Amino acid sequence: MTNPRGRPLAAIFWFAAAYLALGLVVRNEYYQLMLTLVLVWAIMGVAWNVFSGYSGLVSFGHASFFGLGAYTVALLLVKLEVTPWIGIPIGMLVGVAAGVLIGYPTFRLRGVYFALAMLAYPLALLYVFEWLGYQEVPLPMKREAPAAYMQFSDHRAYVVIALVMLVVAMLVSLRIERSRFGLSLIAIKQNEWAAEASGIDTWRWKMKAIMVSGAIAAAAGGFYAVVLLIVTPPTVFGMLTSAQALIVTLFGGVATVWGPVIGAIILIPLAEILHAELGDKIPGIQGVVFGAAIVAVIMLAPEGLVPKFRDARARRARGPDDARPALDEPVTAAPAARRTVGEEVVLRVANVSRSFGGLRAVQDVSFDVRRGEVLGIIGPNGAGKTTLFNLLNGFIRADAGEVLFEGKSLLGLKTNAICRLGIGRTFQVMRPFPRMSVLDNVVVGAFAAESDDARAYAAARDALARVGLAARGDAIAGALTTVELRLMELARAIASRPKVLLADETLAGLGSQEIGRLLATINALANDGLTIVIIEHTMHAMVQLADRLVVLDHGAVLDTGAPAAVTRNPKVVEAYLGPRWMARAQH
Amino acid sequence: MNQSLILLENLLQALTAGLLIGSVYALMCVGLGFIFGVMRVINFAQGEFLMLGMYATLYAFTWLGLGPVLGPYVGPIVAAVIAGCLLYGFGILLHRFFLARVTGARVFGTEGEGHYPQLILTLGLSLIIANGGLIFFGSTPENIRTPLSATAWEIGPLAGDHVSMFLNKARSVAFVVSIVVALALYFFVTRTQIGKQLRAAADNPEAATYMGIDVDRAHRIAFGLGCAITALAGGLVATYYPFQPYVGLEFVIIMYAGVVLGGMGSIGGAFWGGLTIGLVQQLSTLVLPVQLQNAAIFVVFLLIVLWRPEGLFGRNVERA
Repeated sequence: MTNPRGRPLAAIFWFAAAYLALGLVVRNEYYQLMLTLVLVWAIMGVAWNVFSGYSGLVSFGHASFFGLGAYTVALLLVKLEVTPWIGIPIGMLVGVAAGVLIGYPTFRLRGVYFALAMLAYPLALLYVFEWLGYQEVPLPMKREAPAAYMQFSDHRAYVVIALVMLVVAMLVSLRIERSRFGLSLIAIKQNEWAAEASGIDTWRWKMKAIMVSGAIAAAAGGFYAVVLLIVTPPTVFGMLTSAQALIVTLFGGVATVWGPVIGAIILIPLAEILHAELGDKIPGIQGVVFGAAIVAVIMLAPEGLVPKFRDARARRARGPDDARPALDEPVTAAPAARRTVGEEVVLRVANVSRSFGGLRAVQDVSFDVRRGEVLGIIGPNGAGKTTLFNLLNGFIRADAGEVLFEGKSLLGLKTNAICRLGIGRTFQVMRPFPRMSVLDNVVVGAFAAESDDARAYAAARDALARVGLAARGDAIAGALTTVELRLMELARAIASRPKVLLADETLAGLGSQEIGRLLATINALANDGLTIVIIEHTMHAMVQLADRLVVLDHGAVLDTGAPAAVTRNPKVVEAYLGPRWMARAQH
Repeated sequence: MNQSLILLENLLQALTAGLLIGSVYALMCVGLGFIFGVMRVINFAQGEFLMLGMYATLYAFTWLGLGPVLGPYVGPIVAAVIAGCLLYGFGILLHRFFLARVTGARVFGTEGEGHYPQLILTLGLSLIIANGGLIFFGSTPENIRTPLSATAWEIGPLAGDHVSMFLNKARSVAFVVSIVVALALYFFVTRTQIGKQLRAAADNPEAATYMGIDVDRAHRIAFGLGCAITALAGGLVATYYPFQPYVGLEFVIIMYAGVVLGGMGSIGGAFWGGLTIGLVQQLSTLVLPVQLQNAAIFVVFLLIVLWRPEGLFGRNVERA
């Protein structure tokens, strides 16, 4: 996005030209086959990367798509005389359908459960295809019109076809990486909850990714069947098929366009040559090579080769001292009293309850949020404040009660939908996307409000300026200080143009100067007309900030009203503020 | 003999076979579940440890001549125990040089991404061990032949003149050993000092560190024990099931199905989960064609993961 667009296209072009030249020069059939197989596994790696690499949902089951593509092409040719020229596109449609069928139930799982479930699909398919009697499907030779059936006596043709397929796959991958598609997937990978709360429909993006990925993998499988002229369940659905896709990608570099290609270029010839030279004496050498490659990568360069070299080059280019840009001038704002709060209720919470087992975390809570006000929520630890926010932004479902936002019920809506309706959120335990730049973090929020990517970036820069972080846009989020992270979360939340901002203990863990900076920022946002609901423990900050307070205790509302009145309520003093507050307040 | 009696006999046979086989599954699941329970590591290579256990048992049995010396009952058991000890050492080494680098306290709190390198690393190890096995052991299927493999005790007749249960002797011995080893592990974990340290390290590695427990050592022991238990189970399987170096993949799904069914992290749950999988597998033979038996296990596994990823006995721990 910040890089010029021309360079990667040129790189792909030069790579394709060089590979083509090599493919046309090589006359040995064995090496031609190897050149073709390198491309097949590169395509398969790209397919895996488009889904698992970017989204972080590790798939051990991409052989499902590969195998279905291979069998579609083979069976269409054998049973219906359909040429692979049509069979491969049909196979891709089958891959898309398989992606939907697999994704639909499996996306409910996360992390290791997802990986394990994905493992089971191709293995189950393997046995099903054996049971159906397709232990060995040879592709018939079509001597009368070989080219019409993608059969060539000159094997260089296969290199050309595979190269075209790979280039298309890489362009798709590049396009994904450079758009909100890729950035959304990376955000999901780094913190799915935060992505969802920033308005990203995580389920939809994952589904799109697995559909694209399934299509590419099925194309690779279909072409593989054409090249090898025989399809058996273990070769296309087997564990090594899934593993190879994953390994070439991780070896070359996960979540990069070039990673799978580099990985395939290095590993496939290595494994093939060793297999050819030593295969009769050392039968499992291929698997050992792949296993060793992946173990070495994880131990030595967990990000893969491409990012490793990119980092090394960037370090040399930049020199050791990365001068830290000066902080922006902190935002200053007029005190709270200058705001005008209308009577219009923007968010109505009515009798909301939620229990965890026997613990009634939130019971029968009701309050209104008026447009333009800053509503503070206070209460002792464990009073149910964060649970209340989780209910409001859809992380968890209420057992009973109603939440109305501008008259519309929010119950049952997904978090991302609630965000896009206009409720932004920051977190008590911060949830940045740690390996993305600050600007990219914020633009994820801006996607919810802007359908155009360029406008989203403009909105993100604007949001960064409003919190005083404009100078830190290029920094990696993981390198920020706590106060900067808090400000970045604020920027990410306001970039989605919320009508109501839920701020959860935004001042926690900050020093007094930093608290001043954040208070001024929040005040400035409020003075610009943003409605804010804020959870905070620091009472003196809260009194400066809030127009009204809601006091929670043991999950229930203890009192609601202006700060001055609430802090004098003896019940509030007893439950939360304590007698010392009383003594101090009277002076 | 009429139709219903045949059905009854088939059902009885499937039930007993399910219990006998299931108990060994239960033991291998306990090995995997133990590693996950203590270290929170998804060990993909567990099937390969099982395979190594099978070969180690085979070689211990034949090279040491245990058959003639100790007889068909005790000989394979001793061989399997020797295999377990060998794999304990192997597990310790693997942890020391590989797993310790990507596991332990520093990846505990991370959301999601922390498991990524572990999964990939153990996948790599599994590829190396399985294919290395092919290089060293060859691809010819092996098994540990004792007179017990093909003989059975008859219980009955139970109903009518012909309905009786047949208990395969090798499987029955494996059943008894599995129960004994699982009980021994239970007492080790709940009663001994090291067992308590392991549980503390599992519960809260950080707090355990502050209490002076060497969490890294606890993990190493847990990994070694997990390997050893699964290898021992493999040795028991080897007495009635032919095996080759790729056999691990057949069993790794069974193990994961059992562990997930029992609730990941629960060692007792892993035992019952494994037993259940054995019963499901054997009962499925009554209704499914033989070729689809393995597919049935994968489908059951998928159903379990999709419907109750927290397991039948577990709690859902994922929170916003």
